Amino acid sequence: MTTDKTTHNRRSFLKASLLAGGGMMLSVSWLSSAKAADKLKALNVPEQWSQLNGYIQITATNLVKLICPNPEFGQNVMTSLPMMVAEELDVDWKGVVVEMGPHDNTKLGPQFTGGSNSVRMYWKPLREAGAAARQMLREAAAQSWGVPVDEVTTKAGVLRHASGKSAKYGEMASKAATLPVPKGTKLKAPKDFSIVRKSKKNVEGPKIVTGKPLFGLDYRAPGMLIAMIQHPPAFGMKLKSFDASQTLKMPGIKDVFSLKLYEDGFEQGGFDTRTFNDLLVVVGKTTWEVMNARKKLKVEWEPAGDTKDTMTGRGGKREVTVPGELESTSAQLEKMQEWSKKPAQQLRKDGDPETAFKNAAQVIERTYNAPFLAHNCMEPMNFFAHVTDEKALLVGPLQAPGWTEPTLVKRLGLPADKIEIQMTRMGGGFGRRAYGHYLIEAALISKRAKAPIKLIYTREDDMTYGIYRPMYTATYRAALDANKNLIGFHVKGGGIPEHAIHANRFPAGAVENYLAEGWEIPSNITIGAFRAPRSNFNAAAEQSFLDEVAEAMGKDPIEFRLELLKRAKEAPVGKNNEYDADRYAGVLTLVRDKSGWNKPGNEKYHRGVAAYFCHNSYAAHVVDMVTRDGQPYVERVFSAMDCGIVVNPDAATNMVQGAVVDGIGNAFYGSLTHKAGAAQQSNFHNYRLIRHNEAPKKIEVHFVENDLDPTGLGEPPFPPVFGAVANALYKTTGKRQYDQPFKSVLDKRI
Amino acid sequence: MATYHLKINGKIRPVNVDPSTPMLWVLRDHLDLPGTKYGCGIAQCGACKVHVDGVAVPSCQLPVSAVGKQAITTIEGLSARGDHPVQKAWIEHDVAQCGYCQAGQIMTAAALLKQNPKPTDEDIDAAMSGNICRCGTYLLIKEAIKSAAKETAGSSTRK
Ligand code: FES
Ligand code: FES
Repeated sequence: MTTDKTTHNRRSFLKASLLAGGGMMLSVSWLSSAKAADKLKALNVPEQWSQLNGYIQITATNLVKLICPNPEFGQNVMTSLPMMVAEELDVDWKGVVVEMGPHDNTKLGPQFTGGSNSVRMYWKPLREAGAAARQMLREAAAQSWGVPVDEVTTKAGVLRHASGKSAKYGEMASKAATLPVPKGTKLKAPKDFSIVRKSKKNVEGPKIVTGKPLFGLDYRAPGMLIAMIQHPPAFGMKLKSFDASQTLKMPGIKDVFSLKLYEDGFEQGGFDTRTFNDLLVVVGKTTWEVMNARKKLKVEWEPAGDTKDTMTGRGGKREVTVPGELESTSAQLEKMQEWSKKPAQQLRKDGDPETAFKNAAQVIERTYNAPFLAHNCMEPMNFFAHVTDEKALLVGPLQAPGWTEPTLVKRLGLPADKIEIQMTRMGGGFGRRAYGHYLIEAALISKRAKAPIKLIYTREDDMTYGIYRPMYTATYRAALDANKNLIGFHVKGGGIPEHAIHANRFPAGAVENYLAEGWEIPSNITIGAFRAPRSNFNAAAEQSFLDEVAEAMGKDPIEFRLELLKRAKEAPVGKNNEYDADRYAGVLTLVRDKSGWNKPGNEKYHRGVAAYFCHNSYAAHVVDMVTRDGQPYVERVFSAMDCGIVVNPDAATNMVQGAVVDGIGNAFYGSLTHKAGAAQQSNFHNYRLIRHNEAPKKIEVHFVENDLDPTGLGEPPFPPVFGAVANALYKTTGKRQYDQPFKSVLDKRI
Repeated sequence: MATYHLKINGKIRPVNVDPSTPMLWVLRDHLDLPGTKYGCGIAQCGACKVHVDGVAVPSCQLPVSAVGKQAITTIEGLSARGDHPVQKAWIEHDVAQCGYCQAGQIMTAAALLKQNPKPTDEDIDAAMSGNICRCGTYLLIKEAIKSAAKETAGSSTRK
C-alpha cells in the first residue's frame, strides 16, 4: 500500500509502488494527506483511487482514470493510447478520464514521442495492461461472489455472473488492486474491437477550445520569474564580454549573468547539443520587461574558432571537431557541388552498376537540393524550472524526458529521483522538442538565480537557434538499355552535416544493378530530427526522379512503380530491403483507384503522384493542381495510407491532412538560409508558412484496411507530398523542380 | 508604469504596467488569462487574437495604453460554458491537433461570423489567412466555421 500525497508528487508515489523486475504489481493509493485531500475535494475528485497498474486507476464510485504515458504534441496520443487500454479493460469510453502521466520510464515505458512510434510501441503493452486489469477485476468479483472466474463476464465497466450478480468495476477495484497481476492474458482479436477503430474525440478538445492553460508557456508557479537568453548573432560566434548596466536599470529586471550550458569536456549524448554554449541570461519579473531589457544589453561577440565536442551514445565515445567558419548558404551550395564529385562512402551495392551505366543506351542524371528547415513549432521553446540544492522540478513541453534526464543529473549534480519532469501538452514538436537543451538551460538558470523561472524563447530566438533539418543534396542516375528498360540505378547523396540516403529503401531491391553512396560536410550549424528525418528529402528527390525516368521510358508513373515493386516482390535484388513490396504497391493502387488516375473527369487538373515508405508505414498521394490567379495551387489531394490498424480514424485523417498541408507549405516556402553564420529568417514575415487560403479545398484520405499491428502516422504521409507537388508542378509549368523550395515558380506568373 | 482599468470579459480589471505593454502580455502575465497565445509577436500568426469591441485583433500589437474603454474578450470569455457555436463546432469537427493556434483561430472565426453570418469559402479564407496553423488543420477549421454558421443561422431563425 502506498500513499498518493498530491497530484504533484505522483512520481515518488509511482516509484514507491514499483515491484522488483518492473512487473505490474497492484497497489492501492489512499489519500492520507489532508491537504491533498482538500485539494481534490475542491476539484470534486474522489478521495480514493485503486491503482490497478501504471496506466489504470479506478475509484469506488466508478471513475476510471487512464494514464497517458507519452507526451502529446498534437498527434492524438492522449486519446488514442488510452483507447487501447480501454479496449481491453472493457470500459465505457464516455466515463473515462485521461491524465498525462508523470515521467517514470520504469512504470510507464519509454515515454518517447517521436519516430512515429507512440502507437506502435505501446500497442501491445497498453492492451496487456488493460487486459490484465480486467482479469483482476473479474478475479475479485469471482472471489466475492464465490463463483469460478471463467463465469464472470464484463461489459462496458460492469461485471456479471449468470446467477444475476453484477457489480460495477468501482465496487471491485480496491479488492482487485490487492490481487497478483496475471501474465499472458489473452488479447482481443481485431474483429472484436469496440473502442479501437471507432473515432473518439480529442480528450482535451474542450480545454483547448476554452483556452485552458495546457501548454508549457501557460505554466505558472508562485514567485516565478521569466528568463531569456541572448544567443550569439551567428553560428561560429561566442560571447566575449557584456555590459549589463543599462539592462539592470530597466524595470522588473532581477539579474543578468552568463553561464555555460555544458562545461568543457562534457560528454554529450545523442540529443544534447551545444549550439550556443555560453548562455547570456536576463532574468526579470514579466515577459515584456525581460524582452525589452534584453535589447539594452551591450555585448561583444567573437569568433569561436574550431571547437571540440566529446560525443557519446551511438558510435561510441569520440572527439568531434566543430569547424568555426561563419557559413553562408551560397558557399555551402558551392561546397556541396564540389563534394558531390569526390569519392563517397559506399552504402549499398547490388550487381554491377558500373558496367550497367557503361553499357546504357541512355543515362538520366539529375541533382536535387534542399535547404535547412526550421521546425517553427507554434509554441516557441520554453521550460519551467525550480532547482534547489535538494531537488529539481521541471515542467514544460518535451518529446523525450528520458533522454534529457541523464544530462540533468550530470549538470545539476542531483540524483535522478530528486529530479521531477512534468510534461505539458506541446504546441507542436516535429522533432524539435526531442532536443532538451532548453530544459537544461532553464534548470541551470533557476539554480543560479535561486528562484523558480520560466525560460522563454521569443519566435526570433526559436527560429535562429538551430537544430534545423539538414541541408541536403543528391544526384540520381538511371541507366536505360536500348529497349528503355531500367538496368541501373545510382544515388549519391550528401548533406550539411548529414546526408539523407536510406540505402535499403525502394527502389533498392527492384533494380538489378544498384549503388547508393553518401558523404557529409561538417558544420557548426546544428541540426536535428525534423518530421520524417531524411525521408522528407529523399521522397522529394527520388519520387521526382522516378517520375522523370518513367516519362523517359514512356510509362505511366504509377504503372512504372508497380512494375518495379512486382520485381521487388517476385525476385528481390540484394538483402535488407526495408519495405514490404505488397504494402507499398497497395497504397499506390488504392490512390490510383480513389483518385480516378487516368480516368476521365479530371481534365481540369495537372496531376502529380508520389509514394514513400518510412517509419514502418506506407503513403501515396495524388496532388491535383490548377492555376489560380496565375499561380499554381493544389486544389485537391487524394491520399492512401497503410499504417495497419487505424486506432482513431478521424484523428488519423486529421493527421494525414495536416501532413499534406505541411508538405505543400514546406515544398513551396520552407527555407532557412545563412549569411556569415547568421540565420537570415527570424520570424513569420520572412519565413513563410502555408496559410488558410493556400490549403487544398479537399484532401481525401483513404486507409488500407487490414488487421496488421498499427505503425506510425505522424511522419509517413509527409515526405511524399514534396514529390507529388513537384510532379504536378511539372505538368502545370512544363518545368521539373530540382531545388527546394519551389517558390521560384510562385514568383513567376504562369 | 501606469494604472489602467480594463474591461475584460465583462469585468473591470485594474493593472499597473508600462504603457507600452502589449495586451497579449497583460493578459498572460498580469491577469492570469493564458488562453491568448504568443506565436510571433509581430502580427503574423494570429495566435494572440482577442476581440476588441467585437473585432478580432492581434493583441501582441495592441499596447495597453491604446485600449481605453473598449471591451476586450478573450477565449476564456467567449462563452460562459465553452458553448459558443464556434467552440461547439470545433469540438464536433475535432479540429485541434496540438491546439496551440486554436484559441486565435476560434476568436477570428467568431468575429467573422458576427460580421458575416453566411461567409463563402473566399470570405473564410480572407478572414482566416492571418491565422497560421503549423499543424495544418485548415480544412477542418473551414468545415467547423461552416457548421457554426449553420447553427447560428438556425438559432436566429428560431428566435
Ligand atoms: S503573436 Fe500576435 S499575431 Fe502572432
Ligand atoms: S493545431 Fe497545432 S498549430 Fe494549429
